[in-house]
Amino acid sequence: MVSSVAREEEEREGLRGLGHIAFIGVLAVAAAAVFGIARWIDNSYAFFAAYVVVQYIVLGTAWNILGGYTGYVNFGITAFFAIGAYSSVVMYKLTPWMPLPVMILVGGVLAALVGLGTGYLTLRLRGVFFSIATLALAVVVQTLITNWDFVGGARGAYVLRPRLAPLIGGEYIQYLFLVMLGLCVVSLATARAIERSALGYGFAAIRDDEAAAEASGVPTLKLKLIATALSGGFMGMAGAPLPYYVTYLDPASGFSLNYAVNAIAMPLIGGTMSWVGPLIGAVFVGGLQEYIRASSLYTYFDLNPAFGVLITGVLMVVFVILAPQGIVGLFKRKPR
Amino acid sequence: MTGSLDLLVNAVISGLLLGGFYAAVSIGVAISFGLLDIVNIAHPAFILLGSYVAYLANVYLGLDPILATVIAMPFFYLLGMALYQIYYVAFERRDDQSLRGLSFFFGILFIAEVGLILAFGVDLRSVQAWYVSGNLDLRVIELPWRLLVPFALGLVMVGGLQLFLSRTFVGRAIQAVAQDQQALRLMAANPTKIKRIAFGISLATASLGGAAMIIVIQAIEPSIGREYIGRIFAICVLGGLGSFPGMVIAAVTLGVVENLTATFLGPSWAPAVSFGVLLITLAVRPSGILGR
Amino acid sequence: MSALLHVERLSKRFGGFTALQEVDLEVQAGERLGLIGPNGSGKSTLVNCICGTLRNEQGSVRFDGVEMNWLTAHQRTRRGLARSFQLPRPFGSLTLAENLRIPILYTVNARDGQALAGPALLARCLELLAQVGLADKAHRLPRDLTQIEMRKLELARAMAAAPKLLIADEAMAGLSHAEVDEIIALLIRLNGQGVTVIMIEHIMRAVMEFSQRLAVLVAGRKIADGNPKDVVRDPEVVRAYLGE
Repeated sequence: MVSSVAREEEEREGLRGLGHIAFIGVLAVAAAAVFGIARWIDNSYAFFAAYVVVQYIVLGTAWNILGGYTGYVNFGITAFFAIGAYSSVVMYKLTPWMPLPVMILVGGVLAALVGLGTGYLTLRLRGVFFSIATLALAVVVQTLITNWDFVGGARGAYVLRPRLAPLIGGEYIQYLFLVMLGLCVVSLATARAIERSALGYGFAAIRDDEAAAEASGVPTLKLKLIATALSGGFMGMAGAPLPYYVTYLDPASGFSLNYAVNAIAMPLIGGTMSWVGPLIGAVFVGGLQEYIRASSLYTYFDLNPAFGVLITGVLMVVFVILAPQGIVGLFKRKPR
Repeated sequence: MTGSLDLLVNAVISGLLLGGFYAAVSIGVAISFGLLDIVNIAHPAFILLGSYVAYLANVYLGLDPILATVIAMPFFYLLGMALYQIYYVAFERRDDQSLRGLSFFFGILFIAEVGLILAFGVDLRSVQAWYVSGNLDLRVIELPWRLLVPFALGLVMVGGLQLFLSRTFVGRAIQAVAQDQQALRLMAANPTKIKRIAFGISLATASLGGAAMIIVIQAIEPSIGREYIGRIFAICVLGGLGSFPGMVIAAVTLGVVENLTATFLGPSWAPAVSFGVLLITLAVRPSGILGR
Repeated sequence: MSALLHVERLSKRFGGFTALQEVDLEVQAGERLGLIGPNGSGKSTLVNCICGTLRNEQGSVRFDGVEMNWLTAHQRTRRGLARSFQLPRPFGSLTLAENLRIPILYTVNARDGQALAGPALLARCLELLAQVGLADKAHRLPRDLTQIEMRKLELARAMAAAPKLLIADEAMAGLSHAEVDEIIALLIRLNGQGVTVIMIEHIMRAVMEFSQRLAVLVAGRKIADGNPKDVVRDPEVVRAYLGE
């Protein structure tokens, strides 16, 4: 919630003044431009790298709806993300003709339902209990999937990537990137729409003081459940294309802690109070990780690939301590 | 029938012993969360750190793992005090605990885990000591030493800390700060200093807990920590925050239930047990068995 | 005519400690009730139980003819039961105007046919702020306010919920003589508009000026309830305040 003079007085100016449809339009144009440039560069690797960054924009935005807006920390990102990924694996095995967008929707709905279930059991209590429950949830979902032979269990599952991209032609990875861009537009637009709506105000009230919110008429449990469902749902949707991206999915990589740390670190570093934060965070941190990986730092210092993610963790802790408002906060004008 | 009765009895008994080990690793969180209301989800990472200390001392210095971690305790204590100081200045004082405090500890957990991976790799590590293998033969039953010793360690730790809390001035001050900080201030004791000491103690227990862990689990690697977050917090919540006896009962209960599940349904279901216990407790009786 | 608020044999325990013991209280529509009692007598606990922030073990709360026991706090607020908190609890990341937006969005707008939106909504927020003298700080954050201003915001937020019954929990603590008068006048004006008000206070002057009826709570029990002038002369009340 950009709660300063900026909102009421500059409502008409710039990006802030756009209605929802217009905003989606702007994002869609930007996304199309990004895709067009990528297509023109025509470098497979660029698509793979860009996919990851856009995926993290979605994950970070999803986390932020429950975390930054409502104040409830979800540590079980891997659970929701993997539910999306593995529901795609199941559909790939049972109904391989299913178009990817449908798989994404199914993954999202499943993840949202799990989020609702967990939330219903734990959201009536203190926020910390919800957070701990999400941590345990991640381990449990991982256990369940590791024991499920149909999706390959511990050995993993192979998914064949179609050779040709539907609709647009070219390599399939381009299609994956396009789909993820679309999901990104939807998630950012949703986050922004929430921010300005009664729902968003309700979330902010819960975050700032839940008892006072309740006393002011805010149906806190209902709103928290909505936030959890939305958040989990988008995470599931972000995970659904993953099997096609990696072609080999095993629990060790699907449930990698890296996803969780990045999904939390990026909004915290970018800024949790608005939809812009996760976007900036994903681009900044994702770009940084990519740079470290691609640069000669690794070979020069003989570093483990885990180093890039370690830097992210350290950055997160530093930002949480020193810059609680994130990058967005560093650049925000102080209200008079 | 005797076959499966034997199995049942064995499962229950080793579950009880396992419970003692669980108490050893949970006592730290019983202090930091139960008494200080600090959600240190990074605690298992420090336990693992203790395990690696035991490993290094054992392999390179030939030291007994428990002895090594006892020697390491003062360092863990100091580390705990430093960590609390950062937490206090950054979060508690600003009264901004929930989101950022949790993220802080999550970050610490992650950094510790990756740090351990970078330092030691993902290979399994274990220690050598006389109690790592072999059983205590009581004729009626055989108790594996590798469970028995950590069980004893756990009881000693809990018993010792309970005595410390009730008999010493600092211990009683810690109990006081858990209940009423304002009153403590009026008694001219500094709550922040007391909390710092308590948090230091919490982390010091992680050192010994680490020895217990590597003895029981035998083969440790950095990602094991995460499995224990759910277990430890399930135990503390089930036992009731602020109650050591409750925590022990909960630890033993969880040990037995988990072991029974592992024996009759398969070991891979064990992590689900603690989650189930946690959820049920939160849904039915969030104050736990003996909670305030 | 049945009372607007009917509290019957309300009891609340915290572990071994009994905070409220079989408290009976009736408030008629349009009344101005004062509630006093020494510190720790359970006044805030009573408010919390009436409003649903805490669950009472025993007894019932009937508001506007409806049994409240199974309703959550926000449901009770929507039905017209609002309160201000003794220690102000503002929404720290929202401006003052936005702070008032919350109860309007979630209480007033939830009632049929009354929804406010856009400029009308903002206007209402500003109007309410003006009533407590905070209109010039409408776009500031609560952390820029003095303690006293935060109390006024707290009151304004309760008023924003357009309640039938408003419980003002020690809203005047620490205010100057003039400011106390301001708040009394505000509450009387509110009462004149048809809002029933329960004033919980330590400032006897305010309570005497304001209340049509006075109730006294000591150690979790109601020991007096009636005409203010009679109540303050009641020997048990005097003893409770001045000690043996």
